[in-house]
Amino acid sequence: MEAFEATHPGIQVKLQQIPWSAAYEKLVTAYVGGQLPDVAQMGNSWLSQFVTLHALVELTPWIVRDRLDTADYFSGIWKTNRLSKGIYGLPWYVDTRVLFYRTDLLKQAGYATVPQTWAEWERLLHRLVAPPVNARFALALLPDWSPVVILGLQQGATLLGGNRRYGNFRDERFRRALAFYVRLVNARLVPHAEATQLGNLYQEFAQGQLAMFWSGPWSVGVLRAWLPDSLSRLWTTAPLPGPEDPGVSLAGGSSLVIFRNTRNPEAAWALVRFFAQPEVQLQFYLLTGNLPPRRSVWQQEILQRDEQLAGFGQQLERIQPLPAVPEWEAIAARIYYYAEATARGLLGLDEALARLDQEVDRILEKRRRIGAELR
Amino acid sequence: MKGPIAWAEVQAAAWFLTPALTVVLLFLFLPAFAAWILSLTDFDLYTFAEPTTLRWVGLRNYLALLQDGRFWHALQNTLIFVGLGGLLTLSLALAAALGIHQRFVRWKAFWRTVYFAPVVTSLVAVAIVWRYILHARYGLANRVFAGLGLPPIDWLGDPQVALPSLILMAVWKNYGYDLLIFLAALQAIPEELYDAARMDGAGVWQQFRYVTLPALRPMMALAGLITANGYLQVFAEPYVMTQGGPLDATLTLVLLLYEQGFRWWRLGYAAALAFVLFVLMLGVSWMLWRIQRRP
Repeated sequence: MEAFEATHPGIQVKLQQIPWSAAYEKLVTAYVGGQLPDVAQMGNSWLSQFVTLHALVELTPWIVRDRLDTADYFSGIWKTNRLSKGIYGLPWYVDTRVLFYRTDLLKQAGYATVPQTWAEWERLLHRLVAPPVNARFALALLPDWSPVVILGLQQGATLLGGNRRYGNFRDERFRRALAFYVRLVNARLVPHAEATQLGNLYQEFAQGQLAMFWSGPWSVGVLRAWLPDSLSRLWTTAPLPGPEDPGVSLAGGSSLVIFRNTRNPEAAWALVRFFAQPEVQLQFYLLTGNLPPRRSVWQQEILQRDEQLAGFGQQLERIQPLPAVPEWEAIAARIYYYAEATARGLLGLDEALARLDQEVDRILEKRRRIGAELR
Repeated sequence: MKGPIAWAEVQAAAWFLTPALTVVLLFLFLPAFAAWILSLTDFDLYTFAEPTTLRWVGLRNYLALLQDGRFWHALQNTLIFVGLGGLLTLSLALAAALGIHQRFVRWKAFWRTVYFAPVVTSLVAVAIVWRYILHARYGLANRVFAGLGLPPIDWLGDPQVALPSLILMAVWKNYGYDLLIFLAALQAIPEELYDAARMDGAGVWQQFRYVTLPALRPMMALAGLITANGYLQVFAEPYVMTQGGPLDATLTLVLLLYEQGFRWWRLGYAAALAFVLFVLMLGVSWMLWRIQRRP
């Protein structure tokens, strides 16, 4: 921030930090109360809501004017900022899910690397809970909607259909994804979500009771801070396997946006542009461990040399945005609920999917009604 | 008082009542009325963007609520919380109050403080400690179980057990409050009544049944009312401990309301839910009131 003020005399930035968990509510409340700032960091899944609210300035004209190298951004993350044909945010950092694993346990199971297809990967999971490895669980998934949604995206499921106005979960592709998820849980390769069968994830990972887990960039920081030195070289990351070939993952992360009520649009854009510079992004990575969204930053030596980040570097070339609807959070919560209910055997696959579609249709009811009015 | 009330008296009364009434009107009835109006609309996120999308939907939010499986599920969980949690809280508080009240118990102030401490402790701190206690693999509860040769229980992860676990924690946190009420009431019972009862040959149980309990009744009703209404609005416990999971097993009405209203911004629907909760609380309070007045 000081560097920005030094190079941009005449612009003073007032910074307010808010905890990430409260950021979304804070921004919506600020919107309702007319107290939005000029610029904000925003989770890219929230963008569609704020675009629907007409709260954001379209950045496309500036990007064209200043000839920003948009191809330098990973295309999956760039897409999350494109809504109704305009760009509304500039990616600030990326977040995706990759596979973390214990290299030593994999070797014991007879594998040098993680297989890239579901079928091979599933065989490996079975080997990990069998002798001689004998891990308690082969794989841990995050207790939220992301695992089953990623599996769906890997199958090519659209999740929503009819111009994102209906649920499309009974679709064969999503059905296959959920069936795979349920199979992994039923085979006791994966613990039930939310169940505390597994203690602390990192502790079990360190003890060799857990061989793999799906997680995001924050886990790199945790593992580096907490694992004993003897284990620091025994883990790494790999991109996610897919049904037939390497699979896609989520295009998450956050973007910098400019709000429509800004009184200094040019100054706001100067700030956003400043943060988009590769050198600044590298600096930001070194300070926080958040992963940069530009390929040129990944080309830098610090990131290239870091083998434990290689999984992320490769995965970022294959990330896919989620359906951009303001109701996404509500929908995602229901996906998670039905995935869990199916995995616990409370509902059959088809019944769960039918009910999920029904509920999602209800959530999207208003979107259908006013579809015409909102473009 | 005899005869018609003088106009001057009415005026004086009005003056005294006005400040309080204004506050109540402004901060209670007006918002409640606004919420009622809101519950008849489909106010949601789109409405913030484009006020013209707001529609008058009549009672359709209420109808949708009745068809919403999650609403019934949350209602059931909440009623279990009130019934089971309320009874446990009251009986535990009564038992502890009787214990402390005994003449031979020393350091009464100390015990009062101990039992009251959870009530004033921040729930978030309490929840963290309880999460450790209830941890399926490393928790104290399962250590004790293992010591007794019992199988471990996934306290917060098993949909069958999660709600009782939360009730247990809520009871532990809240019964100190009722205990203080009971203790104060016990100390207000004149010793002569017990003397008289003993003279009549009443045993310990009969003294309790015919002296203590009747004397406690008004306070019991009060404590019951406070406790029941508190549990009807239970929110923080599931919010902090389980987020309503696993599989909505600990979803309560207020948690559902929060989720619909402040996470997904379906304010019309959430307002309808709030109104149903209001009616429910009114009903339960009325019921408890009737029980208390029964001769």
